[in-house]
Amino acid sequence: MTKEWKPRIVAFFCNWCTYTAADLAGVSRLQYATNIRVIRLMCSGRVDPQFILEAFARGADGVLIGGCHPFDCHYVEGNYKCLRRYEMLKRLLADMGIEAGRIRLEWISAAEGDKVKRVVNEMSETILKLGPLGLPKKFEQWDMEMEHFAEQVARKEAAAGCGCAAHAAAAGAEPQTRETTHA
Amino acid sequence: MKYSYFPGCSLKGLGRAYEESLLPVMAHLGVEVQELPDWNCCGATAYMSVDEGRASVLAARNLAIAQRMGLSVMAPCSACYLVLNKTQHNLAEYPAMRQTVDRALGAVNLTLKGEVPVRHPLDVLTNDIGLEAIRQKVTHPLRLMGEVTEKAADGTLVRRTGVRPLKVVPYYGCQIVRPYATFDDKNDPTTMDRLIEALGAEVVTDYRLKTKCCGGSLTGTVPDAGLRLVYILLKEALKHGADCIVTVCPLCQYNLDAFHAQIASRYEPVRIPTVYFSQLMGLAFGLPARELGLHRGVVPMPALAGPEAVAAAQPAVA
Amino acid sequence: MSAKQEEIRIGFYVCHCGHNIGKTVNCPEVAKFVATLPHVVHSVDYKYMCSDPGQELIRLDIQQHKLNRVVVASCSPLLHEHTFRGACAAAGLNPYYFQMVNIREHDSWVHADNPVEATEKAKALAQAAVERVAQHKALEVKRVPIHQDVLIVGGGIAGIHAALTIANSFENTPDSGKPPRKVYLVEREPSIGGHMAKFDKTFPTLDCAACILTPKMSEVGAHENIELMTYSEVAKMDGYVGNYTVTVRHKPRYIIADLCTGCQDCISHCVVQPEKSPKLMAANEFNEGLDKRRPVYIPFPQATPQIVLIDPMVCLNFRKGVLTDKCKKSCVTACGEKKAIDFTQKETTEELKVGTIIVATGFKAFDSRRKPEYGYGVYPNVYTALEVERLVNASGPTGGHVVLRDGRTKPKTIGIIHCVGSRDERTHKWCSRVCCMYSLKLAHLLHEHTGAEMYNFYIDIRTPGKGYEEFYGKLLEEGVNFIRGRVGEVTDWAMTPEEEGKLVIRVEDTLAGMVRRIPVDMVVLATGLEPQADAQEVRRIFNMSCGTEGFFLERHPKLAPVNTFTDGIFIAGACQGPRDIPDTVAQAGAAAAEAMALISRGFVEQEPNTAFILDAECSGCKSCIPLCPYTAILFDEARKKAYINEALCKGCGTCVASCPSGSIVQNLFEDDQVFSEIHGVLAYD
Repeated sequence: MTKEWKPRIVAFFCNWCTYTAADLAGVSRLQYATNIRVIRLMCSGRVDPQFILEAFARGADGVLIGGCHPFDCHYVEGNYKCLRRYEMLKRLLADMGIEAGRIRLEWISAAEGDKVKRVVNEMSETILKLGPLGLPKKFEQWDMEMEHFAEQVARKEAAAGCGCAAHAAAAGAEPQTRETTHA
Repeated sequence: MKYSYFPGCSLKGLGRAYEESLLPVMAHLGVEVQELPDWNCCGATAYMSVDEGRASVLAARNLAIAQRMGLSVMAPCSACYLVLNKTQHNLAEYPAMRQTVDRALGAVNLTLKGEVPVRHPLDVLTNDIGLEAIRQKVTHPLRLMGEVTEKAADGTLVRRTGVRPLKVVPYYGCQIVRPYATFDDKNDPTTMDRLIEALGAEVVTDYRLKTKCCGGSLTGTVPDAGLRLVYILLKEALKHGADCIVTVCPLCQYNLDAFHAQIASRYEPVRIPTVYFSQLMGLAFGLPARELGLHRGVVPMPALAGPEAVAAAQPAVA
Repeated sequence: MSAKQEEIRIGFYVCHCGHNIGKTVNCPEVAKFVATLPHVVHSVDYKYMCSDPGQELIRLDIQQHKLNRVVVASCSPLLHEHTFRGACAAAGLNPYYFQMVNIREHDSWVHADNPVEATEKAKALAQAAVERVAQHKALEVKRVPIHQDVLIVGGGIAGIHAALTIANSFENTPDSGKPPRKVYLVEREPSIGGHMAKFDKTFPTLDCAACILTPKMSEVGAHENIELMTYSEVAKMDGYVGNYTVTVRHKPRYIIADLCTGCQDCISHCVVQPEKSPKLMAANEFNEGLDKRRPVYIPFPQATPQIVLIDPMVCLNFRKGVLTDKCKKSCVTACGEKKAIDFTQKETTEELKVGTIIVATGFKAFDSRRKPEYGYGVYPNVYTALEVERLVNASGPTGGHVVLRDGRTKPKTIGIIHCVGSRDERTHKWCSRVCCMYSLKLAHLLHEHTGAEMYNFYIDIRTPGKGYEEFYGKLLEEGVNFIRGRVGEVTDWAMTPEEEGKLVIRVEDTLAGMVRRIPVDMVVLATGLEPQADAQEVRRIFNMSCGTEGFFLERHPKLAPVNTFTDGIFIAGACQGPRDIPDTVAQAGAAAAEAMALISRGFVEQEPNTAFILDAECSGCKSCIPLCPYTAILFDEARKKAYINEALCKGCGTCVASCPSGSIVQNLFEDDQVFSEIHGVLAYD
């Protein structure tokens, strides 16, 4: 891909507040960064941490979650659950080396079209500064490394002459299974 | 408590009574005050309207000197107070102006980083020293000998000579509340009202003109406009039965005090003394009147009843 | 119908929406791109998809191309998802095999300067939808029967009109042969009537407000199908669409309602008499505090119901609301054999079962103290508009004589200041819509009562209704002085001898180009309308949203002004935004009609996005049980599995996200569907 990198942010917006606010931003013709792609859910409580991880894994550079303000969730408390999961997920992401600025949770009410614009623009800038996350490429690379890893180790040890199953296999001998070794 | 002190041109000139009364009062309250060394004119309202950039440099120099002293600045003159605050606002909001000022200050080996707190004496007295501490230093509550009306034992009203509190109109002028109302309400400030009460005097609470313009320099340049404003301020004070007006600004004090002849001939006589709040404080602390610059006013203050007279007279008001 | 059992054939439509999308997003390019995606057999662009021909196109293509999935990229699904689902259903395709892409509100309208990137974004979003829709399953809409009783919250003109409209409908006539539809009207004041009961005359016809209102109030009070609950508030709302259980709290009047005849002997015999103990009286709320009332009182002479009440904060028999038994209770003696007074009465609660709710809780007048420069509360002769309504009213505190606060002086000049609190960056940005008209009305009435010289200080004169501009013309002929300028301040200090003793209005007369000082005897503040003080609490009870200004939010500002986002809950009148009486009545009628339409249909359709548990996979860990705010998830102790009560599930998906084994599935928002959307939105680089 020789194209200039542009940040890609996946957003999970709750139907009642944030999605409506984004519609309002549209109706008000507020202009904001193009880097965002919205996925509509009924409630921010539906946001499974797996969605966020999947988004990063598929190439998202940032993930934005939008829900109703505390007290205002259409389903009473979904946003609180989202908040709890988000707090825990942030730590997990940090451990995986994904910078804190790449994930953001915002409470945006149905009347706050301008907040949508502000948050999207801010996040775009943040991600621009952080640079691409590029997980799909990294996965590809690691997969390739893992494929060749076995061969490399086998070659090294063959050179050193240690005689374990891996070498035998690399050298073309039949793989030793539990049955064959015990036979 | 220690503050650096920016007198500005007026407190060394026309408004010297302000300095003469404020410094002893501060000392009396145990507040250390250190004049800014080598301070320069702040530019006042005039220069700001002519060239905001240059005026900011002028004012910023004082701030830089104050920052070097490491103390908050106390600026009693209303114009100085406003200009210093306005300069800091401008520097924070306009990077271009900041650059100009930094360059100019740099040329004389001065720097101004961030902000220097600029405080008004009313702010310091009310919030840092506290009215309770002031109340405790009052040895001569501001009282007058005068006619008092009271109810006799049989229920009839009688008039007699007695002791009553000095009735004071609190006049703030415009510059310490507009455009920045930092330590008081911009429509109805009350710091000076409460201070006056702490001194044992009676405040005129419904003086609606307490933040209305006195005319500023217009009394000299466009007397038709300026003197009319002064006339109304004085007339309303008299209408509320005040004994004196108390103010915070040298120009206000001058306008209200020095034009009685012209006002009498244009409109009608409205003689009432105008003094600084620090002068009233000095009187309440028992400091000698002469040392408070009270002789510099045009309309003299009425003689206050001393503690002996208060004790001797039948107390009409406790 | 599983997606695996037959070939998936997706039809994709991208709408130009005239210029709205077409000007920025290159629709043909998007259609061409989508045609290359797997399972897409038909991909076109079209000018107006939501129009009849557009929908017809979908219907025909489904049959012609044997489509079994449809994706439309156009405006917001909140607007037209329903429309296109209908088109699919009309062609015999399950409507839930449809997915919508928002490339207008979320794309063309917000990236107008970036046509290239907007088109790229449209492609990404379209791919997401195409991948998602392949995972969709056929679903059936749930039909929930709707309870036929109606709750109306708020007894002002809106609530009254809605109540009468519904209570008089066909089902409630003897001919219908059906059980009558009951209307509950809950009002928190002791009487219905709202703000309109306080007005003197209404613009522009100068009809007497009480004369047109009180017949309706009596009708409500006497109607056998309206259960009137005054001095009551809604505490809680439970249940689900079409089947609400509402808890109503009845505040104690300390009067047994059924026994009170409204004779008011208790009032005239109360120990607290205005001549003897004026300090023990309370400010009369109905007269805006201009006079006082006794502890036992009736809010106003035409109050409905005609039942008195006792104010425990003022009554001598209580101390700050707590019964002390200190008073000699001459009221009880006066009541005699009726025995209607009961000091031990307590607050009670009641549960109502209703199918639809109309919220008509009205507005609150702007508090003039927030504009201290106008001197309200500082200068005695500055009045609010509502105070003046009571002054000019013949049944008001002064019997209709307009006099100043001293009770004697007739004002000779009066200034009316428009836009107090409205059109103001520091208080409320909005225009309160009715103040110009009522200021004109008051100018007319005050002049009529006093012969005073009238001044109206305005920014614009807004007369949008029928007969309104003509009314303004009449006032111009009456010689009212109109000065265009926002008043800077009202003050009492005089610049000239003529101004001594008067209130001076300082204003820039923008048409004359000068600053003026107008001395007047009386100042009237045309205060704006704002949401009720407890609007936030009320909206949470009914699960509604509020707009930025704090008024209740309608589903769509143009096409659904009386609906909320919840089916079966409607709003009407000033609680939705400032409006005059004709518009309020119209909205009340609209809400009533919509409620009745819903009830006569007999059912409400529930979006089939509920969750269900895959029995085989549930491990019985119970993580999901405490998460549901509607207690829709239950645990079967015998089988050690959780299960969901579909009727209670509202489809939020919180439990779905929490299940550690992924055994909870949400219809329409399955994990796989969302995963494919994520994949699709990022696949296109």
